[in-house]
Amino acid sequence: MSVARMRVYRGDSEGGREMEYEVPLEEGMVVLDALHFIQANYDGDLAVRWNCKAAKCGSCSAEVNGMPSLTCKIRLDTLPLHQPITVYPIKTFPIIKDLVTDVSWNYEVRKKIQPFTPAPDTDWTMYQEDVERSQEFRKCIECFLCQDVCHILRNHDKKNEFFGPRMMIKMAEFEMHPLDTADRKEQLRGEAGLGYCNITKCCTEVCPEGIHITDNAIIPLKERVVDTYFDPLSWIFSKFKKN
Amino acid sequence: MEKYETHKHDIIVIGAGGAGLRAAIDASARGASVGLVCKSLLGKAHTVMAEGGVAAALANVDTGDGWKTHFHDTMHGGKLLNNWRMAQIHAQEAPERVEELEHWGALFDRTKEGKINQRAFGGHTWKRLAHIGDRTGLEMIRTLQDRGIHSGMDVYMECTITHLLKDGERISGAFGYWRESGRFVLFQAKAIILATGGIGKSYKVTSNSWEYTGDGHTLAYDAGADLIDMEFVQFHPTGMVWPPSVKGILVTEAVRGEGGILTNREGKRFMEKYDPERMELSTRDIVARSIYTEVLEGRGSPHGGAFLDISHRGGDYVKKKLPSMYHQFKEFAEIDITKEPMEVFPTTHYVMGGVRVDAETTVSTVPGLFAAGEVAGGMHGANRLGGNSLSDLLVFGRRAGQGATEYANKINDNSLSIDDAEIEKAVKEMLEPYENPHGENPYTIHQALQEAMGEYVGVFRTHEKISEGIEELEILKERAVTLKIEGSRMFNPGWHLCKDLKSMLIVSEAIARCALQREESRGAHSRVDFPGYDDEKWGKVNSVISKDNGNMKISTSPLPQMPEELKSIVDGGYK
Repeated sequence: MSVARMRVYRGDSEGGREMEYEVPLEEGMVVLDALHFIQANYDGDLAVRWNCKAAKCGSCSAEVNGMPSLTCKIRLDTLPLHQPITVYPIKTFPIIKDLVTDVSWNYEVRKKIQPFTPAPDTDWTMYQEDVERSQEFRKCIECFLCQDVCHILRNHDKKNEFFGPRMMIKMAEFEMHPLDTADRKEQLRGEAGLGYCNITKCCTEVCPEGIHITDNAIIPLKERVVDTYFDPLSWIFSKFKKN
Repeated sequence: MEKYETHKHDIIVIGAGGAGLRAAIDASARGASVGLVCKSLLGKAHTVMAEGGVAAALANVDTGDGWKTHFHDTMHGGKLLNNWRMAQIHAQEAPERVEELEHWGALFDRTKEGKINQRAFGGHTWKRLAHIGDRTGLEMIRTLQDRGIHSGMDVYMECTITHLLKDGERISGAFGYWRESGRFVLFQAKAIILATGGIGKSYKVTSNSWEYTGDGHTLAYDAGADLIDMEFVQFHPTGMVWPPSVKGILVTEAVRGEGGILTNREGKRFMEKYDPERMELSTRDIVARSIYTEVLEGRGSPHGGAFLDISHRGGDYVKKKLPSMYHQFKEFAEIDITKEPMEVFPTTHYVMGGVRVDAETTVSTVPGLFAAGEVAGGMHGANRLGGNSLSDLLVFGRRAGQGATEYANKINDNSLSIDDAEIEKAVKEMLEPYENPHGENPYTIHQALQEAMGEYVGVFRTHEKISEGIEELEILKERAVTLKIEGSRMFNPGWHLCKDLKSMLIVSEAIARCALQREESRGAHSRVDFPGYDDEKWGKVNSVISKDNGNMKISTSPLPQMPEELKSIVDGGYK
């Protein structure tokens, strides 16, 4: 029987190391299946978050062969099986144990965003073409892979200055809701740190839902802020874009 | 004994899916201090998996719809075993609950006139399911999450409740552990709302996530509450069958709602034989049995299922209305559903049975203990209609919040006590697996349980098979007495499974014993040895499960009597 060699990071905030496990291959198997095999047959205490195993809940994020991914979505037969497959916790957030990280920061930030605010006399008529922009962002399953890969959070650890791509689309979702009346531009420019994003599109590349985070959310938000506040840097940027 | 932290609230809600969140929002809005406790991170509950839509007689598309037709459909879908009052309240209140979601920011797909769009679904007379493509549950949970975090409740994430505590007959608290640290935690509360979902992880082929281990059913049972109708486990007709690693993952009923056609290996549209009038949009119990029978009789697809084809609707339409299905098959099975058929087979999906509750307040038979959503029984009778679950969560989630708050308001602060001996017992039970150098691996027993439930208490049942299943369960219960785990208490899934496994063994036994008792076929419960309805005997009773001196007692109780005006709706072929 052919096997996959899985090198899984095991450890906690004190440190850790890779452990190698041999897992028998089955057709269509995904990385999360291999992790479950390890739990059931080698190390029952291997810590993994997961829920739906169908790429709908965004719980099982990890870095597979260095690539931020949903482990339920990566089929083993798409990876080079002649070498070991490495599975590491997402790097941007503090490790709790093994593949489980402390993502509570995201929940704290989320609370700071002003929720949907309709006008008191709204009649709730909305047309499909008007809701589609926000619907795209509402596909987000909160896997936080975009937060993981964003260099402002990952390499520069600016968590207290930048909300990150996930929260940018959250804010865009409200801002572009056809019946929302709140104004989040001041927050976007200020504590949310929209200006930090320099459009490298890493977030868009890893999004398992295929949301156009940069093009459809962050850039339009930047344009809205520029229109209101005339931020010189973004102003130059918008000139570039128009040319 | 080791130290544990204590939190105090008027109301503790266990479970943060649709029902739990809706209950917590309501109770918070009424001024109660609410703690929302969930096993996973917030927003990951099984509600995110709901795809096709939420059923409500908004009459936006088919203007003839109304609560009476919805009520009629629900009762017939449940083969008249439903708690009529729950079905009535549900049909009457669902539209308001759906509109309320919209007011909280949900963006449903629209009709041309700019209203909430609705699609057809099995067993519903009219186009009734408000939806967002095929990710309705995600939209619902995000909307409730957004509302919830600004409602003043405290959310305790990745925290598992293992025991309910009582002061005399009344609920006084809940005890559990933090998944992250493994430390214990006590919640003192005047009322507890169970919103823990279902039991699907007791079966091998299932659409359910790891959380679905029957916790709430077991907590209620252990606290002395009645459960009802546990034999009714819904096998969703369409789960994926290939490749093996995705076996059981849900294929939304919206595929059939949007015009999907089921065929066997001979290319025959076999639903003509089983339900010529409704065809693919027959109720789930019937479609599941039909697919099962086709495969059993040798007319299955190459991997042992039926073909489900939507490609005739055209690539753009399919990608627009069923985007998750398109990606799910493309990525997991390398099938392009805009061009070729899917292969599908029944998968364990939902339990109709659950905690016996009062329709108005959702209170169980234990004072202070409430239940809403899948963990509650009665609403769906012997078979749930698609789309009626999401509406159930909203309608009875809200009512649970109201019922629990009104109950809690009548109880004086500091009038309830916590029994330390109960806590000591709970701690001892939880730590026991660390004491066993030679116990069994909980994962091994879980796998054996899943195999057994599929084999002995699956889609088709007989006295002989169920009896064998009960014997097997007895053996597994015995083996599960001494479990062994390794590692520390920090985020240790093996340790977590030890308690979850006990819950699954209890609900599995309840399912098997009720299935043995009910000698007829009705809805999702198909007895090969009793193939017809027995309206005279079994059509008039609920199955009742209770704990009697530590043993499981199975009995029956008469169905609540429906008033005449509702009877005429049910009998009238109401449209």
